[in-house]
Amino acid sequence: MFWDWNYVWEIMPQLLRASVVTIEATLLGFLLAAVLGLVLAILRMSKTSWISVPTAAVVEFIRSTPVLIQIFFIYFVFPEFGIVLPAMVAGVIALGLHYGAYCSEVYRAGLENVPRGQWEASTALNLSPYITFRDIIIPQAIPPIVPALGNYLVALFKETPLLSAIAVLELMQTAKILGSQSFRYIEPITLVGAFFLVMSLVAAALIRQVETWLNRSLRNPGGDR
Amino acid sequence: MTTPMVKFDNVTKRYGALTVLDSLNLEIAPNEKVAIIGPSGSGKTTVLRMLMTLERINDGVIYVDGEPLTHMHKNGELVPADEKHLRRVRGNIGMVFQHFNLFPHMTALKNCMEAPVHVLGLSKKEAEERAAELLDMVGLADKKNHYPNQLSGGQQQRVAIARALAMRPKVMLFDEVTSALDPELVGEVLNVIRKLGKEHNLTMLMVTHQMGFAKEFADRVCFFYGGKIAEQGTPEEIFNNPKEERTRQFLSAVLEAG
Amino acid sequence: MQLRSLTICAIVFFTAGLAVASFAGFREFIPGLLQGALITIQITIGGCILAVIMALVAAIAKMYGPWPLRWLAIAYIEVFRGTSALVQLFWLFFVLPHFGILLEPLTVAIAALGLNVGAYGAEVVRGAVAAVPRGQWEASVALNMPRNLALRRIILPQAFIAMIPPWGNLFIELLKATALVSLITISDLTFKAQQMNQTTFRTVEIFTIVLIMYLAISILITVGMRALETVAARGMARGR
Repeated sequence: MFWDWNYVWEIMPQLLRASVVTIEATLLGFLLAAVLGLVLAILRMSKTSWISVPTAAVVEFIRSTPVLIQIFFIYFVFPEFGIVLPAMVAGVIALGLHYGAYCSEVYRAGLENVPRGQWEASTALNLSPYITFRDIIIPQAIPPIVPALGNYLVALFKETPLLSAIAVLELMQTAKILGSQSFRYIEPITLVGAFFLVMSLVAAALIRQVETWLNRSLRNPGGDR
Repeated sequence: MTTPMVKFDNVTKRYGALTVLDSLNLEIAPNEKVAIIGPSGSGKTTVLRMLMTLERINDGVIYVDGEPLTHMHKNGELVPADEKHLRRVRGNIGMVFQHFNLFPHMTALKNCMEAPVHVLGLSKKEAEERAAELLDMVGLADKKNHYPNQLSGGQQQRVAIARALAMRPKVMLFDEVTSALDPELVGEVLNVIRKLGKEHNLTMLMVTHQMGFAKEFADRVCFFYGGKIAEQGTPEEIFNNPKEERTRQFLSAVLEAG
Repeated sequence: MQLRSLTICAIVFFTAGLAVASFAGFREFIPGLLQGALITIQITIGGCILAVIMALVAAIAKMYGPWPLRWLAIAYIEVFRGTSALVQLFWLFFVLPHFGILLEPLTVAIAALGLNVGAYGAEVVRGAVAAVPRGQWEASVALNMPRNLALRRIILPQAFIAMIPPWGNLFIELLKATALVSLITISDLTFKAQQMNQTTFRTVEIFTIVLIMYLAISILITVGMRALETVAARGMARGR
């Protein structure tokens, strides 16, 4: 017998509790990433090169190196300065930092992809820079930004199992502990996989919905025609 | 009467609820040059695309050289053609497109050799000789090693003509072949088509907006309107003495713009 | 020009990493780190090769295959994109032995990462093939080419160039994901770093050096892909 349903029901409550931790880590990490990404994007788009160039370098550095090492780095380095972070906090900071670098590129692309002509037309209409940004640029930048951020939310969600490496009791770690106790890995690890698959597919469908809705309501406010 | 080279027998083409071609009947004799004119949306390009099997037809049968193209005989009945049959009969037809559709990753010469080698099974040497000869015929002997992006629109279109001819088709289809060209490049392409008409035994079917060329070159002009042939006849009849009000309106609108 | 400066960057970073390492009194660890880097590079190369093969096969099966193949390809793509790379790695490592399949950890690592990135790559291939203008297919029909000949000789070569930059990104994702193999007992760069960290507690220095080494490898990948793009684009056109 490869698959034992009794064992599945036995471990289900523990896995469900662990999935709450996974979702918490995802949401907190993404909140940090979204805010940090915006800050990095603004710094990188700065006209002052001593701000924009180092920011670009930092973003590239974070994006080109493994998030697992970044997790270790933050988890092990802070104690050297006397700050002992709980594993969960260190993990959330590392994920937020890594995906913040990705998110900053999303914001930047979204803002820069609004055609120059839009700024020029606004100048020709004598709109102030603030009004131009609020009424002309942002509404056009949001439809491409939101689904792209959504994709990174899903990507971050799928990276949370890495927190098991610093012993955060999220889904993967729980599954591994269960597996090592019973020497049955099939059920816990397969269930974790199924959980991620279902959540990702649901999230992908939601993102598509939001994308369609945004395109309709922000790009042509007249709605369906 | 000889077998028509191309025959549309009650052919209908629909896109969803929209009927683009409505029970088309058209016979084209061997070596005949037919120009198709008409306003956009009249279904004229669809005629060529159906004959090239780029569009499936919804009703009727298309024959090429006496043989059904869209259908085949099976147990004494006409059934929709399979891929093998399509490929055999389609070998009689060549097509030149509005946007050239040259293969951008191949030189002019390679563009003309690709299908002869891999479809007809010619040796590289034979194919190269044939391609070089055709490129010479269209006046591009010195450009044979150029890639499409190194050629002007008119030169690209002439390569496309050579590429189609390399397959030795009996019927050539020209789909608005000068519409994407700058005005000063139109002449060189039309000259090649004129030369083809004189020197080769080819049945030609062209959709065109060049009324002057249609008048001078075609044996017959078909005016399409609303998915049907509204009027057809010799160039003199159509251009100098149109019977239908719609033909008159179309021609005067085109001449005014031109 | 940019290529050369990037190459120089990569070399400078790598030697800087080694220099910092020796200054910080880690000379005895350099052989270990380099051994780890070698394993990381091996897994990256193996994974990339598998990923490209899987991506091509899955994309073509999804687009042109008969329905059983198409569904298999869709299932592969969705499952490997929808679950996390670490879950896949652990599944292959912990679960396969239950079915009597015992693989070397290195094989498991290459298989898991290659399959994971291959699923993303399949969408890259599909997108690039779909982006080849319709007219290219039509010209192939007009020249009476069968579909697989048109795909092989006309469509894929054109899609290939469009695929290079996104593949560059995927290869870097794969390199980053190799860090996960340290969790299944393979002594790659990350594993060595962890090991040294536990024995010396010089966390900042060790992890900084290792991050710089990863950065250097990823810059090398970028350089390689740019060079490939230049070579592939030679003579190739924008025109249709």
